[in-house]
Amino acid sequence: MNYFASNKRLFISVIVAGLLSACNGNDPESAQYGNSPELPEPQRGLLPAMTIAQPAPWGDQQPTVPQGYSVSAIATDLKVPRQMLVLPNGDILIAEGKGGNAPALKPKDIIAGYIKSKGTTSVESGDRLTLLRDADGDGTYELRTVFAENLNAPYGLALVDNNLYVANQDALVRFDYREGQTEASGAPTKVTDLPSRINHHWTKALTASADGRLLYVGIGSNSNITERGMIAEVDRAMIWEVNAETGAHRPYATGLRNPTALTIQPGTGQLWAVVNERDEIGPNLVPDYLTSVQEGGFYGWPYSYWGQHVDDRVRPQDPQKVASAITPDYALGSHVAALGLDFSEASMGAEFADGVFVGMHGSWNRENPVGYKVVFVLFRNGRPDGQPVDFVTGFRSDDGKTRGRPVGVTVDPRGALIIADDLSNTIWRVTPTGSQ
Amino acid sequence: MTVNDGRPLHRRLHPLHGVVLAGTVPLFLGSLLSDLAYTSTYHIQWSNFASWFITGGLVFGGFALLAAVIYLVRAEHRHHHAFLYIFFLLATWILGFFNALIHAKDAWATMPTGLILSIVVMLLACASTWIGFARFGVGGAR
Repeated sequence: MNYFASNKRLFISVIVAGLLSACNGNDPESAQYGNSPELPEPQRGLLPAMTIAQPAPWGDQQPTVPQGYSVSAIATDLKVPRQMLVLPNGDILIAEGKGGNAPALKPKDIIAGYIKSKGTTSVESGDRLTLLRDADGDGTYELRTVFAENLNAPYGLALVDNNLYVANQDALVRFDYREGQTEASGAPTKVTDLPSRINHHWTKALTASADGRLLYVGIGSNSNITERGMIAEVDRAMIWEVNAETGAHRPYATGLRNPTALTIQPGTGQLWAVVNERDEIGPNLVPDYLTSVQEGGFYGWPYSYWGQHVDDRVRPQDPQKVASAITPDYALGSHVAALGLDFSEASMGAEFADGVFVGMHGSWNRENPVGYKVVFVLFRNGRPDGQPVDFVTGFRSDDGKTRGRPVGVTVDPRGALIIADDLSNTIWRVTPTGSQ
Repeated sequence: MTVNDGRPLHRRLHPLHGVVLAGTVPLFLGSLLSDLAYTSTYHIQWSNFASWFITGGLVFGGFALLAAVIYLVRAEHRHHHAFLYIFFLLATWILGFFNALIHAKDAWATMPTGLILSIVVMLLACASTWIGFARFGVGGAR
């Protein structure tokens, strides 16, 4: 596959064009937003389309933010920052790590794994929580401590009263937390084990119910589309509801291929998720999505996508499950890799006050890359409405260099959006100009 | 180089050449049988086995092709059998490579093309091996 040949440092390209003409002759970014995205027929050439980000340093550059906003890096040289939590006193906790131990089953896994690793950081998994503090509120986080270490690829974070919950890739654990603490007072207590065998999709997203009694854990599938076998998918591709006190769990919703970020809608208490959908059936399939999560709902994976569109790669099929599949609320576009989600607040400025921010890590399975930005999805009457608006861009510039890849996005109620960038290992903070 | 000592026109296959050539048959047969097992059981491990059998077949077939080309280059008399032999080896390898790419698709996406190609490639491997041994191999004299 050709790509931006004017600068070979831009993107590694990994396709034999002739083999793919039928597949990738055109993959324009089609209108795949909202509640009824265009869904083309599934297609795939002899090789999957791949355009892998080639990392480049930020240098003097910074991400691009809308007029009236400013951006700054508040922490650098982290060890793979993913998700964050703003504590009541304004401190920021950052979960750092990289997990998964899925073995290569086919020659393809070895080759594809090597190619994809080129587009990610070479820094080792931090397996820790870092705390940032801006005591004087000037926007500079002058204190940085390691809050906890020797965790196992921590990802989701939630605070309920004095309990800090951390979703490691293999277990949900709890720290005691007192306001102002810069370091955990001891080792964590295990709340419950989480499904961790293989861990093809290892990230365990986490959020707490409005009343704090229940925790929701996002557990990704163990494959793209069951190529590791059906048995590997037991307890996968679902959201668990965990009793915070006892650790007892039950599936809250299923058929969600990779629910990478969960959050509760203020006011309604409704659980929302962003979910990464399946690959290798074309540049414009299947849209990743934002959805309110219905209790007991089945969202299609692996049998079908976007409601009842059957995925023929799955055997045995299950027509009954397909018939029960719920159509998600809002398509974010195919292959954008939505990994971050948070509801906004009035302090983010009138234009971006009511809605959600979504962090998009960016595509690999597409000739023309998409994602690599943070978007804002406006809500009207409590539901997503209209087109997503670019909020932070410039992670991948037009000349093709990829300087950052957004993961978690967290709104600081004091008026800032905090963004974890796991390629440059940086935390970015975007504020309305005028506020600090 | 072989001197004409009254034996046939063609040199026999080198033992290693014979091994890699014959090896393509069980390997490509293995991929065919694995594909059949996958289609009847839906157990993904059969599909994984098929992928590796094809890879093995390509490695052996690649060496056989290399040996055949060397044989051709060094032969005193370039008999048309040698070209036929290389043609079949090359066809086996190219279709085998396509089959490897088909088998790199996820889950049932390998089917039915993967099974059809596995049948074709297995037959081609048999044909190449037959020609290789019948014309140049065991027994030598023709």
